[in-house]
Amino acid sequence: MTRGMTESAKTAVHYPDPNAAMVAGQTSFGATTTAFWGEGGRPTLEHRADVPQYRVTGVTFDDDVRAKAAEVIARYPHKRSAVMPLLHLVQSFEGFVSKDGIAFVAGLLDVQESEVSGVSTFYNMYKREPVGEHIVSVCTNTMCAALGGDAIYQALRSELGVDHEQTAGEPGTPGSVTLEHVECLACCDHGPVLTVNYEIFDNQTVQSAVELVQALRRGERPHPTRGAALTDFRHAELELAGFLDDDAAEVDAPSASPQSLRGAQLASERGWTAPAMPEVPPAFPPLPEKK
Amino acid sequence: MADDTTPPQINAGLDPLTPVLTRSWLSPRSWRRDTYEQLGGYGALRTAITAQPEQLVELMKSSGLRGRGGAGFPTGLKWSFLPPLGAKPRYLVVNGDESEPGTCKDIPLMMADPHLLVEGCIITSYAIRSHYCVIYIRGELIHPIRRVRSAVKEAYAAGYLGKNILGTGYDLDIVGHAGAGAYICGEETALLSSLEGYRGQPRLKPPFPAVEGLYAAPTVVNNVETIASVPSIISGGVDWYRRFGTDKSPGTKIFSLSGHVERPGQYEAPLGTTLRQLIDLAGGMKDGIPIKFWTPGGSSVPLFGDDKLDVPLTYDDVAAAGSLLGTTALQVFNQTASVPWAVARWADFYRHESCGKCAPCREGTAWMSKTLRRIITGRGTLEDIDTLEDTAYNIFGRAFCALGDGAATSVSSAIQRFRQEFVDMVTGVTPAPSTQADLIEMH
Repeated sequence: MTRGMTESAKTAVHYPDPNAAMVAGQTSFGATTTAFWGEGGRPTLEHRADVPQYRVTGVTFDDDVRAKAAEVIARYPHKRSAVMPLLHLVQSFEGFVSKDGIAFVAGLLDVQESEVSGVSTFYNMYKREPVGEHIVSVCTNTMCAALGGDAIYQALRSELGVDHEQTAGEPGTPGSVTLEHVECLACCDHGPVLTVNYEIFDNQTVQSAVELVQALRRGERPHPTRGAALTDFRHAELELAGFLDDDAAEVDAPSASPQSLRGAQLASERGWTAPAMPEVPPAFPPLPEKK
Repeated sequence: MADDTTPPQINAGLDPLTPVLTRSWLSPRSWRRDTYEQLGGYGALRTAITAQPEQLVELMKSSGLRGRGGAGFPTGLKWSFLPPLGAKPRYLVVNGDESEPGTCKDIPLMMADPHLLVEGCIITSYAIRSHYCVIYIRGELIHPIRRVRSAVKEAYAAGYLGKNILGTGYDLDIVGHAGAGAYICGEETALLSSLEGYRGQPRLKPPFPAVEGLYAAPTVVNNVETIASVPSIISGGVDWYRRFGTDKSPGTKIFSLSGHVERPGQYEAPLGTTLRQLIDLAGGMKDGIPIKFWTPGGSSVPLFGDDKLDVPLTYDDVAAAGSLLGTTALQVFNQTASVPWAVARWADFYRHESCGKCAPCREGTAWMSKTLRRIITGRGTLEDIDTLEDTAYNIFGRAFCALGDGAATSVSSAIQRFRQEFVDMVTGVTPAPSTQADLIEMH
C-alpha cells in the first residue's frame, strides 16, 4: 500500500501532528481541502499517491478461461465463494488483476465490482501491477529474519535493483523477476526460506539466494528444495485456481526434507514407536440417551 | 505418604518420540493412496461407518482430543454443539491456513500424508452428518495444496468420496480451497467470511459457527492436525489414545522446533513432553549457546525464559506457568538474540496482518510497531516502554478477535519478563540492534 514512499513521508501522511495549528484551507493530512474533498465537496481518493489504482487493459477473457471459470463456480454451493479462485484464475490469464479482471469476476458472480475489488485488495497475493515471469517471496518474519532472511532480502533488493513488489525486467518477459518480502511461510524449521512462484527454497544464504535470482534472470529454472519444477507465476496461479495438470511429476515432486523428517527419522533409528493399537478397534460407546 | 505428594509421572513407559500422525512420513511416496492403504489407511473409515454418527461424537468426547489450531477447545464437544438437524445443511471446514509465526506442522503433514487428512475429513463429516467439506489451505505454498487436491481426487476414484461411499448410502464432497495470503483467515470466523467470498474479517460470536457458520448453516471448523488425529482415535480407541499425555491434554502432538537448536524440525511426542527433552532430542542448543527465550505456541502467546524449560507441554501446565500451548510452535532464541528486536518484528507482522475491522487492533498494532521500531534503532525513551505497555493493555480484551490479543501479548509479556533489556536499549547501555537503513519497508 505504501510502496515507494519513504518512512518519513508515510509519517507525514498517516500520522499528522495533532497539535500542529491547522492552516486555513488544509486538512490535517496536509492536502488542500479541494484536493482532499474534491470540487463537489465529496471525498476522493485520486490525490492519494499511495493508493494504486487498478489498470484498465481492455483485455478479452476468452472461451477457455470462461469455461474454467464455470468449473470453478460449480465447486461451491454458493457462487460467491468462487471469488478467490476466480481472482487466481484472472492472474493466471493476465499476470495480475486489472480493472477488467475485476469486472469479469463481478459479472460472473452477479456482484458489484466494488465487492470484488474489496476482496482483491484485502489479500497479499492479488497483485495490481503486472508480475514478472517469476515472483520471489522472501520471509522476513522474526525467525527467518534472525537466521538471515533480512540480509537475503536486502541482498536481493540490490541485486535486482528493486523494492518490495517491484519487478526487475519487463513484466511478463522471460527472466523478469518480481521481489517481495512476506510474513511467516510456515517453514520455520527450514529458515531462512524463500519461495519462487510459491515453491519452496529452504535454508537459503545470501549467496544461494543471489545465485538463484541470477539464474532466474538468465531464464534458467533451478529446482526448488520442496515442490515441483519451476514454471512461472501464471502457471502457479492456475494451479491455485484449482487446475492441476494431474501430472504425476508435479504431485510426486519432492516434499521431504531432513527437518520435516527429523522426529520420524530419530524414532526409527532408536526403535521408538507409539504403543501398538489394539488388534480390533474397541467397541463404540453407546448412543447417548435422548433427552 | 510419598505416593500422595509425588505427581503422577507423565507418559511413564512411553518412548520419547511416538510417531502416530507422522508414522508414514518415511515411507516412499507416502502421499499416494496405494502407500496409504498398504499401511492400513482408510481402515478407520471402514470401522467408523459401522457406527452411528452420534457414537463417533461420543467417542471423540471421551478421547479428550483438543483442537490443535491454537485454542485447545475439546473437539468432541465442538462437534456436539451442532443444533439438531434442520432444513439447513451442515458443513465441515478444515483450517489449513497455517500462518502463525513459528507454526510449521500442518504444511509438512499435508505434503507427507494428505490421505490421513482426507480420511479424517470423511470420518468427521460422517460423524457430524455433513455432505460438504472444504479444506482451506494457505495460498503461499503450492505443494501442500497440490498434494491435498491430488489425494482428494484419488479418494473419489477409489469410492471414498462422492455418492454412496463404500456402499453406505452416505454422500460427501470435498473441495480444496486455496487462500491468498492473509494471516487473519486462520481465525475461524474470518476464514468463513473469506470462504464465502468476502474480505477475511472476523465475525461477532455468538452466534458460533456451530450454529451459524458457513452460509449461516451449522458448521464445524477444525484444524488440519485435529482432523488428522481422528482416524487413529477410531482405530486405537479411547484407552489407547489416553495413554499419551495427561487426563486433560491427552494424545500425541507434532512439536515444531525452530531457531537456535542443532537440529530444528518436526518431532511428534506425547503431550507433556518438555522443551528441555525436545532440545536434547534436537541435539542441544546450536553451537552450545544457551537459550534466552522461547515461545511455547507461536508469537501470539506470552514468551518464556530459560526458567520454564521443564514445564510439561500440556494445555493446562503451560497456562499455569503463564503462557499458552497454542500450536506447539517452539521458537527457540539463544543469548545472542535481542528480545526487543524479535518483538518489534512480530509487531510489524501484526500491523500488516491486522484486518482493519476494529480500532484497538488496527491503530494499536500500528503504534506498537512504530514505537518498537524507534526503540530498536536507538531512538527510544523510557517513556516509550510505558507507552508500549499502555498500548498493549488497551488492545488486550478490547479487540474484535484474538489477533489483537496475540499482538498485545507478545509485547506485554516481553516487557514484563525482559524489561531490563528494553531499558538497557533505550538508555544506550546496549547498542541498538538495527539502524534505520536495516528496517525493512512496511508492506
